[in-house]
Amino acid sequence: MQRFNQLRQNALENWEKIMHGDLPIIYLGTASCGRAAGALKTLAAIRETLQELKQPAHIIQVGCIGPCYLEPLMDIQLPGTPRISYSKVTPEKARKIIQAAILENDLSPRLAVGHFGDEEFSRQSGIGRFFDLPMLKPQVRVILRNCGFIDPENLDHYLAHDGYLGFARALEKTPLGVIEEVKESGLRGRGGAGFPTYKKWEICRTAEGDHKYVICNADEGDPGAFMNRSLIEGDPHAVLEGMLIAGFAIGADQGYVYVRAEYPLAVVRLRNAIEQMRQVGLLGEDILGSGFHFDIQVKEGAGAFVCGEETAMIASLEGERGMPRPRPPFPAEKGLNGRPTLINNTETFGILPNVLRNGGKWFSQLGSPGNAGTKTFSLVGKARHTGLIEVPLGMTLRQIVFDVGGGTIKPFKAVQTGGPLGGCLSATHLDTPVDYENMRASGSIMGSGGLIVVDEDTCIVDLARYFLTFSESESCGKCTPCRIGTRILLETLEKIARGEGEDEDLDVLYRVADTMQRTALCGAGQTAPNPVLTTLKYFMNEYQTHIHGRYCPAGVCTALFEYRIIPEKCTGCGRCAQVCTSGAVQGVKKEPYIIDVDKCIKCRACYEACKFDAIVPVPVSHPIGAEVRV
Amino acid sequence: MDRLTIIQLSKDIPCERGSLIPLLQRIQQSEGYISAESVRELARLLKISENHIYGVASFYSQFRFHKPGRNKLKVCLGTACHVQGGELLAKEVEKQLGIQSGETTPDGNIEYEEVACLGCCAQAAVVEINGLIYARMTSEKLAKKINELRLHATPVMETDESEDGFIQTVGQDAS
Repeated sequence: MQRFNQLRQNALENWEKIMHGDLPIIYLGTASCGRAAGALKTLAAIRETLQELKQPAHIIQVGCIGPCYLEPLMDIQLPGTPRISYSKVTPEKARKIIQAAILENDLSPRLAVGHFGDEEFSRQSGIGRFFDLPMLKPQVRVILRNCGFIDPENLDHYLAHDGYLGFARALEKTPLGVIEEVKESGLRGRGGAGFPTYKKWEICRTAEGDHKYVICNADEGDPGAFMNRSLIEGDPHAVLEGMLIAGFAIGADQGYVYVRAEYPLAVVRLRNAIEQMRQVGLLGEDILGSGFHFDIQVKEGAGAFVCGEETAMIASLEGERGMPRPRPPFPAEKGLNGRPTLINNTETFGILPNVLRNGGKWFSQLGSPGNAGTKTFSLVGKARHTGLIEVPLGMTLRQIVFDVGGGTIKPFKAVQTGGPLGGCLSATHLDTPVDYENMRASGSIMGSGGLIVVDEDTCIVDLARYFLTFSESESCGKCTPCRIGTRILLETLEKIARGEGEDEDLDVLYRVADTMQRTALCGAGQTAPNPVLTTLKYFMNEYQTHIHGRYCPAGVCTALFEYRIIPEKCTGCGRCAQVCTSGAVQGVKKEPYIIDVDKCIKCRACYEACKFDAIVPVPVSHPIGAEVRV
Repeated sequence: MDRLTIIQLSKDIPCERGSLIPLLQRIQQSEGYISAESVRELARLLKISENHIYGVASFYSQFRFHKPGRNKLKVCLGTACHVQGGELLAKEVEKQLGIQSGETTPDGNIEYEEVACLGCCAQAAVVEINGLIYARMTSEKLAKKINELRLHATPVMETDESEDGFIQTVGQDAS
């Protein structure tokens, strides 16, 4: 323990030296989001520029700080000045900003997105505070506290920010004491089901077995969700510390992080972090002199969504096909290799160090009654401000979509929660608080945290079809209700999307959905019908329009619409013809253009290029002169 | 790949039935796919049937049983990407290359796959080319990238070379 305190001390000193030294610090977000936006090119430009200026500086590559729509994000902290953040920093922009800052002490306020100092500095600089940005202000960053602030590949940075202090506190209690603390916190599993974490731990603790395992579920397979990835890429030690705490509490000696192979950067960072832990004695025998032995290994998934289900994951770890098993027995009693196995979500582990450091009571006061704490969400789709967010449970959908997300540019249509196993909620649900019970009551689920906002350009029938395409393809095939049910649901939706729908098809959807809910072997099969059921419930009009009107108002189901140019609105700018790859758009500049319906492949390029809303999807063979979006 | 090579590659993995998936991953990492020979040799090594190995390997979408193309193109069809035009990108690939997901162009140059989610949802729509992710893609931009791949016929990688000459795709460099 003494050695640990020494490590912390050193880490803190080193951090202070950097933060209050006389070299500038440049932060750059280089997690997967940043890289996708070109951050590595920006990094090269930063290095080049610094070399040209012969200016030594600290470059700290950080994880995701949240507003992904602003990536690449580069921050500069000059000695004596607070850190200032700049958005959409291309290599050119990086060069300009750094030159201005180093050569002229010019902070480029017009390019700045926010600073991390105090009000006084806001007044002086004319730049607002980063955390006062509309997207950030309502957020409460507990789980993501280090993301964007530390280098995830540097253990010292983590230690300097109270890293492993939660684990040290846990060691000062008894395992039962730790479970008590978790109980007091009210923490519920963040994987989606919301089972009280302390209960699972109790079951595992009292279960019989010569060895016990802790598994971190990092198989985040929901398309549209990337919270776990961001946490692991931005602050891997937080998750690992949580696993240590859990291992200690239940008496396990081996941990695994089951992470998707599709997250190569996360895999690398985890392996890195684990190696660092081993080197300083945070893994292995007699950790910190406590008598507690624990080791962690990384296991990669192999591309099966269903392996996010506990028993399927266990099968996969045993080298088998990833197919769920009937429960009971539950993994907590008999799991991997027949031994008691605790499986918690990445985020649940990420929360634990905070609970142990600040106390269960502190955590229970965040969020809302019965739904303690904060949760991360991936707010994506047609929201203005897309990215990784963290808010207290109980915040309403409206607050999340419109305050944090900045609303939508085109009219809001729906928000999809919980991934492919969740539901689509319409505008009437916007005042629903986002917590486990309320989400379930509305027919959806909280799920792992994907929030997909859609507008009038998204067809709800097509969205349901899309989710079923996913679920059908990922069905493990073991149980008939899911294997056959997903196929029937998909084929029926495809039939409706093709313009061949009938009322009987809706009956089929309800019947099959009901059967799956009641008889499928695992949660995946039981909830796969959710997208269908919620869209039927809240968007029946759109189904009816497809079936009886033979029309797709969103302009998505290609058999059910044509693009038409409204002559009165067309300015003849020709942009549509420029982007048309099939020669369907014809016209002469300054005169209204026309779309040749036979050549049009409905690729949408013209629709998106037109700045005058002159192109609309109309029913097939709609009478000319009635060019209005029905 | 023969037994000896498999053992060489996987010294850190216990040689037992439970390690089947990591071993297959190691093999594919090296060979680019799971060859019939590898399955035969692995079956002998682990003392399990080839049937069992195929049964497990074919369950997981990560494993390939055919030689891969020189360039790997993946179009993400995750929900956020779907909403931001992912399917149109898929159509563009079909248009440009005439192949479907899981197929490789006849000249072995480009291998194409549709994937469920690459985890960059806030920057949808997204494609991955040879391990690098390109965000906010449109059909036009994708057509350009495909042309680049066609013309060069050797993998085009966007390189980030630090002073040490590191070509960076994944993971931090040392600095």
